[in-house]
Amino acid sequence: MAKVIIWSSLKSHTGGESNLEIEAVNVKDLLARLGETYPGLQPQLKRGVSVSVDGIIFRDGWLTPLKSDSEVVLLPRMQGG
Amino acid sequence: MPLDNAESSTRKYKVVGTRPNRPDGVDKVTGRARFGADAVAPGQLVGLILRSPHAHAKIKSIDASKALKLAGVKAVVTKDDLPDKTDGDAGLYDVLVNVMAREKALYQGHAVAAVAATSAAIAKAALKLINVDYEILPHVTDVDEAMKPNAPLLYPKMITDGVDPKPKKPSNIVRRYEFGHGDVEAGFRQADIVIERSFKTEATHQGYIEPHACLANVGPDGQGELWVCTQGHFMVRDTCARLLGMDFSKLRVTASEIGGGFGGKTTVFIEPVALALSRKANRPVKVVMSREEVFKATGPTSSSSIDVKIGATKDGRIVAGDATLRYQGGAFAGSPVEFGAMTAFAQYDLDNVRAIGFDVVCNRPKQAAYRAPGAPMANFAVESVIEELAHKVGMEPIDFRIKNAAREGTHSSYGPIYGPIGLLPTLQKAREHPHFKAPLGKNQGRGMACGFWFNFGGQSCVSMNIGVDGTVSVTVGSPDIGGSRASMGLMTAEELGIPYEKVRTVIADTGTLGYNDVTDGSRTTFATGMACILAARDAIKKLCARAAQIWGIPEDAVTWENGHAKPAGANAGNHPPMSLKEIAAQAPSTGGPIAGHHEYSADGAGVSFATHICDSEVDPETGFTKILRYTVLQDAGKAVHPSYVEGQFQGGAVQGIGWALNEEYIYGKDGRLQNAGFLDYRIPVCSDLPMIDTVILEIPNPGHPYGVRGVGETSIVPPLAAVANSVSAAVGVRMTETPISPPKLLAALEKQSAMKKAAE
Repeated sequence: MAKVIIWSSLKSHTGGESNLEIEAVNVKDLLARLGETYPGLQPQLKRGVSVSVDGIIFRDGWLTPLKSDSEVVLLPRMQGG
Repeated sequence: MPLDNAESSTRKYKVVGTRPNRPDGVDKVTGRARFGADAVAPGQLVGLILRSPHAHAKIKSIDASKALKLAGVKAVVTKDDLPDKTDGDAGLYDVLVNVMAREKALYQGHAVAAVAATSAAIAKAALKLINVDYEILPHVTDVDEAMKPNAPLLYPKMITDGVDPKPKKPSNIVRRYEFGHGDVEAGFRQADIVIERSFKTEATHQGYIEPHACLANVGPDGQGELWVCTQGHFMVRDTCARLLGMDFSKLRVTASEIGGGFGGKTTVFIEPVALALSRKANRPVKVVMSREEVFKATGPTSSSSIDVKIGATKDGRIVAGDATLRYQGGAFAGSPVEFGAMTAFAQYDLDNVRAIGFDVVCNRPKQAAYRAPGAPMANFAVESVIEELAHKVGMEPIDFRIKNAAREGTHSSYGPIYGPIGLLPTLQKAREHPHFKAPLGKNQGRGMACGFWFNFGGQSCVSMNIGVDGTVSVTVGSPDIGGSRASMGLMTAEELGIPYEKVRTVIADTGTLGYNDVTDGSRTTFATGMACILAARDAIKKLCARAAQIWGIPEDAVTWENGHAKPAGANAGNHPPMSLKEIAAQAPSTGGPIAGHHEYSADGAGVSFATHICDSEVDPETGFTKILRYTVLQDAGKAVHPSYVEGQFQGGAVQGIGWALNEEYIYGKDGRLQNAGFLDYRIPVCSDLPMIDTVILEIPNPGHPYGVRGVGETSIVPPLAAVANSVSAAVGVRMTETPISPPKLLAALEKQSAMKKAAE
């Protein structure tokens, strides 16, 4: 089960929890299951997110595999200038 | 891909790390380089855009009949020529509305119609003949005013997202963000000293010296070409194709040389309009923005209003940090307030931290990135309070920062646990730097700040073709905004083992390569550079295979060393090494052209931390601030071309200094921009500033074969606070608003003097 941490202002969509656990093989799978389990997150997921997987930030790379004890932090979609 | 960790720290480079002349240098200084406005096409028309004079108005009707009758006018376009093909993509719809107003003009300068004519004079006259019936609406341009309950509403149905319970009434607040961990209230209870301050920053413009310009040419068969100055021509292609309802492959976009972008050219403004005009007129159409249009109708930064509260124990440990940030992103959702909130405390190791951000709309142009979007404002607020707190605790500001610095294993304020990061090395190097020991005189003060940016990777494609004369053509899809062609050449030469002079890097059009992400996010030397390295390694495999065929030995019996194919061992046979040039010369008769490729989406970009030190002198009679000395210490991972890394450090610092001291968007009560030109919007020029000293640190990023970290954005993050802190040290006045321009500083000095007199 990957540990997923969401940012505080999304907690209203997850019953007040920012530390979640999701069973997923890769990031794509994880985001899909996150949206299914917590439909209130779907608008943000559609707007775009980045993820940090075990400390490394991924802006795309949704097929990045997850280990059974991976820590995934959800982040807004990275922008730059 | 596997990370070359061991290689990056022990490898001795032959050309990477040297400083050859940039390949575009001669063209740029002699005027041969072709920028956005330098393309011409037979029969081309001049395109001009009609812009709203009002900050907020309903567009009741547009009558272009008189304009169309004017001889020489070939087309007029309005929103009707750009029907909504965004298919529910809210972000793309906002782009559509921004490039051409629909029901309302949302800011002064908002495009409402456009004309293509045979000359500029006729196009100008035609604009005057277009009759727009406006119903003027109340407007708001200040972020705090826009958040008030009775503020004029831009979107009557906008209900703030991210607030629980959901508000019942609409407002101009798009969304609320919150990041952080721990319990800030409990943290503050542990504090011996707490400082709480509010700050405001005004909007600034990226100030690129080249205005937006493009030449669009759409034929009756629906195929089109676009020449444009941009940071991302693939993004331009895809965005314009979607807005115009074209297949991507039918639109070929070529990126010109670019006279600065800094984030302001990461989106589209005039391009869809130019294409729509060309399609309607069936002629090429050239659109070149004036400087006034650039200020009024491209993408300045957000202005902001920020509250910061930080508490520390008397031995200098920060126990809680709390910030509320309010950013306006112009008339559309998407100010970078979440990045402000994420980066505000990112340089500190905190158990209790919270940052709340509000994204607000108001009647200003749609904001765009300016280097590290959202970070400089937040850093100004937090680093100002940090400096004040350090003095109150009785510690040197640098020691206070070192004591509380984020390091490997720190739970960052925005969520992830940090891997190896370079903040402490930059702080420690700053502490030893001669700048810190330099003496200061009367009305002179020293300030510092540290900051960071995430950086990212993204999609890059590289095609590396080896000519029969042994020279190499590297085809990339990343516009060169900071010297990246030189870096691509260096990495290619390094891998192949050939001289740098034998490599030429070319930026190809969208028909030549797969998708390349925009040149932003400090991504190019990292992601496109890594693609060059991998394309070179691909080419090497093929060169070795060709040599093996020529020698009649197995492929795995050949190795590559110093630009030559060699037998891997004595068993492979007695073949003298064959150079790249020798193999290439035989290519036509041994199997054809030899090339290496790499297409991917890179991840594993490393963050880049920086520490800045600023000395300034204030003239107490005029409020004028002179920067005496400025030093940037930043982690580059690996400086492929040190001069261009230094250039990024210096450029970002100078832009931040301008933001801190002089630059601001000034709005009248009528919601109109008062200073839409470089005379009244004052950016620093060479004579204003001393040489910006630079120190490049190299803590390798494990995600890149050479350890490269992006560097282009971080350097704009610390200067606002570094300058404010040095002004505070010089004259004892804490300025909490930017710009710290002479009238404002003088007023603050006079107020301070009056208060001192009253107290005596």
